[in-house]
Amino acid sequence: MTHATTPDSAVDPTTVDPSGAGPARSAPDRPARRSTLVTRTWAQRQAKVGVVLTALIVLIAVIGPLLLPWATGYTATGFADRPFQDTGLFGTDNLGRDVLSRFLAGGTSLLLYSVLATALGLFLGMLFGMVAAYIGGWLDALIMRSNDVLLAIPQLVFALLAITVLGPQPWVLVAVIAITHAPRIARVTRAATLDVIGEDYIRAAEMYAVPRRRILFREVLPNITGPLAVEAGLRLTYSIGAIASLSFLGLGMQPPAADWGLMINENRIALSLQPWGVMLPVLAIAVLTIGTNLIADSIARASASANVGEK
Amino acid sequence: MIVQLIIRRLAISLVILLAISVLVFGATLLLPGDPALAILGQQATPERIQALHEQMHLDDPAWSRYLSWLGGLFTGDLGTSVASGQPVAELVGERARASVVLMIAAALISVPAGIALGIWSALRRGRTVDSAITGISLVLAALPEFVIGIALVALFATTVFSILPAVTMAPPGTQPWDFPAQLILPIAVLVLVVTPYIARMMRATMLEVLDSGYVEMARLKGVPERRVILRHALPHAIGPVAQVVAIQLAWMAGGVVVVEYLFRYPGLGQALIDAVNYRDVQVVQAVTMIVAVIYIVVNLLADIVGILANPKLRTGGDR
Repeated sequence: MTHATTPDSAVDPTTVDPSGAGPARSAPDRPARRSTLVTRTWAQRQAKVGVVLTALIVLIAVIGPLLLPWATGYTATGFADRPFQDTGLFGTDNLGRDVLSRFLAGGTSLLLYSVLATALGLFLGMLFGMVAAYIGGWLDALIMRSNDVLLAIPQLVFALLAITVLGPQPWVLVAVIAITHAPRIARVTRAATLDVIGEDYIRAAEMYAVPRRRILFREVLPNITGPLAVEAGLRLTYSIGAIASLSFLGLGMQPPAADWGLMINENRIALSLQPWGVMLPVLAIAVLTIGTNLIADSIARASASANVGEK
Repeated sequence: MIVQLIIRRLAISLVILLAISVLVFGATLLLPGDPALAILGQQATPERIQALHEQMHLDDPAWSRYLSWLGGLFTGDLGTSVASGQPVAELVGERARASVVLMIAAALISVPAGIALGIWSALRRGRTVDSAITGISLVLAALPEFVIGIALVALFATTVFSILPAVTMAPPGTQPWDFPAQLILPIAVLVLVVTPYIARMMRATMLEVLDSGYVEMARLKGVPERRVILRHALPHAIGPVAQVVAIQLAWMAGGVVVVEYLFRYPGLGQALIDAVNYRDVQVVQAVTMIVAVIYIVVNLLADIVGILANPKLRTGGDR
């Protein structure tokens, strides 16, 4: 889970538009450039496969809870005295609850918290990375050295430390996963920003005394979307893995919640007796992470080829 | 020159480790409520709470507790587990050994395998073998380790073939490695998770090196292909790959937690999960520090390999 960036994202894919844009022209240019990264990504077969796989699981996670005619949380309609029956399409779980309905209800939490953790991590990392690169000096040194410290604790171990102290609440999971992502994203952002801030349009904006915040968000940010998009895809994959793993360890979502990671934990003792309680969520998590990783890899390739084309 | 660089890296590692210790200790200050009350329960008498306060030095200021905790880390005194009353060092020591066995075994398989697969893939660029290796590593790299683990358990231990044990069972007095069959699946999971990253990086670096002038030169002057790869290309690819190998091995220090939990392997990770469940802060702190030390030492070794493998530094050129 706690992996460094892949070789692909280590390439430094500055998607700087050589036609250059002054402060006034940067906004109209943005949609055109973005769509080229998107089209280059979409042109790859693996991206299409990734989108289909991801969409399938997202659909289950989003629509699943609406399809529920069965109880998911409690044993009211189940067979608590007779667990692991093969009643229903996929049988019942360790407490006699219907596996299919728990599966349909169990994706929402994983998806929601992974997306939140990724978004928060991306925001923090982006902010610190841009500030470190743009302001430089001691602030840069402080931010990057703090990064080194955070990077020296494996993501999962860091999460476990936080959970010990603060308890397994959803916000703790989201915050801690975001904090472990942030240093990695900050590094990438900083490198990309350093490439951009030497450009003439940034100097021009500085000469016009455009406020720093405006330069960062209006001039720098649109020009580092390539590497950030690559990071977003990768970090989403790792967030899903991390949150599912924590739930699997019994330290994420707590019973009686219906959650894929927790389901695997609850039902794995009966893997040979009633495999569906484990296999359905395992398959869903596998398909989802493979899908998001394929998309991330496609974005990385598209972003790298943009670079080559420019040079 | 090289010695200076290595000393510099060593110093940086020590500073980072110190900062981590502050972070790990500081986390416990966030713990709500009175730790003594948490240990003794709501029915504890004020006298007993007071006694425990004195025993754990809870009334001392935070910095003095930090210093004595840090001093304890150096002398092997890791505190006392509140859940079991055992000294943490005793609790953790044997389990650390069990985890290290698992990690070293996985490293001994995955590092050569990853490097070999990466080179093979690079030499067959664009062919079926290359796309197969690239595709499989992309899929494996995406999967959380417990998903791979459960797939292996379903395949080899329960549903499909029942040929390997699904859980580790070491009777008291025996060590997990007395039963090699039980180690196969946990090691296999770690290998499957780590190898793809090494193979990918090896492939990328090797492709770069194979396109370089000196490899072309070696080929043009008629050096046998085998020698071109082993003597001309490989040494240049080792530096960057050492970094990725280090990141992966260091990652294992965290990934082993999930694998041990899945297979009930009596290692450090399992101890960590138990401690988190009991909110046994002393144990969590100790394990986190041990893992951080492993992580930093491995990274340091990789940096040293990188420094030694860099011909520019070897000849005293500028950095």
